[in-house]
Amino acid sequence: MEFKLNIGAPDTEDRVLRMDAGVLYDVIIVGGGPAALTAAVYCMRKGVSTGLITMDFGGQLSDTSTVENYMGYSYITGVDLANKFKEQVRQFEIAIADGKKAVAIEDGTEKVVRLDDGSAFRARSLIITTGKSSRKLGVPGEIELTGRGVAYCAICDAPLFAGKRVVVVGGGNSGIESAIDLAKIAEHVTVVQFLPELTADRVLVDAFEAFTNTTTLYEHEVMEIVGTQTVESVKIRNRVTGDVSTHEVQGIFIEIGLDPNTVSVKGLLKLNEFGEIEVDCACRTNRPGIFAAGDVTSVPFKQIIIAAGEGAKAALSACEYILRES
Amino acid sequence: MAIFDDKVRKQIGDILTKLGDRVNLLYFTQEMECGICKDIHEFLNEFASLSDRIGLTTFDFVKDRDKAEHYKIDKIPAILLLDKNDNDTGIRFFGLPGGYEINSFIQGLMEVSGVKEPLSQGAAEMIKKIDRDVHIQVFISLTCPYCPAAVSAAHRIALENPRVRADMVDAGVFPQLAVKYNVSSVPKTIINEKIEIIGAEPIEKLIETAAKA
Repeated sequence: MEFKLNIGAPDTEDRVLRMDAGVLYDVIIVGGGPAALTAAVYCMRKGVSTGLITMDFGGQLSDTSTVENYMGYSYITGVDLANKFKEQVRQFEIAIADGKKAVAIEDGTEKVVRLDDGSAFRARSLIITTGKSSRKLGVPGEIELTGRGVAYCAICDAPLFAGKRVVVVGGGNSGIESAIDLAKIAEHVTVVQFLPELTADRVLVDAFEAFTNTTTLYEHEVMEIVGTQTVESVKIRNRVTGDVSTHEVQGIFIEIGLDPNTVSVKGLLKLNEFGEIEVDCACRTNRPGIFAAGDVTSVPFKQIIIAAGEGAKAALSACEYILRES
Repeated sequence: MAIFDDKVRKQIGDILTKLGDRVNLLYFTQEMECGICKDIHEFLNEFASLSDRIGLTTFDFVKDRDKAEHYKIDKIPAILLLDKNDNDTGIRFFGLPGGYEINSFIQGLMEVSGVKEPLSQGAAEMIKKIDRDVHIQVFISLTCPYCPAAVSAAHRIALENPRVRADMVDAGVFPQLAVKYNVSSVPKTIINEKIEIIGAEPIEKLIETAAKA
């Protein structure tokens, strides 16, 4: 039996400081992943008043099974590393609003962050570290049937498809990892890959190819997901011949990469062609006083150690900005 | 065989030193225990041994029919959380709270013991206003990182209002229920048999939905 313990001891002595709508913070950090938590530590050590608004502590790191390339640890689980980050932040009396999602950000004499529960917080500068989340296919039926056979989290939902027929969209690492998890229990797994080959790492492809209950369709794409109450079939097009075939399946797992979480800054911050927030080498966006770091930005290579480093840089840039402006 | 390894046992033990009032666990199983029922029994024995403020009482689903009916337990394995005065908190776990759900289990215990974060004023008032019986079932899998948040939110509402019962249901342990409620992704929340929520939502939204159920 495995236990994924990520709850800490409750802060009974050092009570958690709640964010206060009446306070004008020096810095508000939006996000909870490695970039956000590193920025938080840097801001607190600089002694600026800091607020942290986060949906979940750890961000994508909490969903990562193991980490073997974060310096100082040759092997650590994502959950454990996230806990260590969180503990390091909790050493400080930082104001926190957790379990909350930022829905809109406004820039003026003060910056305002509006949350999904209707509350709003004010700051002189912001650090946006909202990360990325699963990319949608954008085909008919996808939204209507999400949670009804359309799934984005194989580790969560694979057990519900035991003995069933499923499609996995995507031939990269996450697609093939999901296909392996599913092939162990599903009746049959069809992988739909846009490109003429799988792009997952060799070790994963080898493990996947050892299963006999799988089919891989190269240069194919999903056109439509069909079903009334639940997924009944998927229409798949051959990109070479243009032929469309219907595959009767009960589930479809979409593993085609990630999209930056920029809903709250759309129209305010400049994004690049991939929808990522454009930042310069000091984590500055096109708006003075608004900084960004981590996977949500245009910085290449989405890695935990890079996000953490960028978070540190964004915090130092924000602190410098506050000093200069006051 | 020990359920927890040394590291996890120490971590849980450390957290449980912060437990406030006594919490009493009730476990419904049966004489001839199913595989998972046996595992849960061991899990609970070991868990309860980590703090002198955790009580554990075991009932037989068949022989203690009156108890099962009293607590509205219609299936096993079932774990219930009672407060220090043996008042039913409405918090239930159907299945083993292992994997990621160890977090919702510990959080539930902490909150029942009185160690809990204050709710926002709006949320606290909305929960108080619920004046009908509400039954929340949160379907989960133990490998789902997003599920404990959904479970804990439902449990917190149950704790704050005696008209609310909230169940964690492991879809893997109760496949027939997963089929009945059409669960093909987790977390999936069913309120009063009719309202469905897919995914984890902030507690405010869950209260709003529960109030309308």
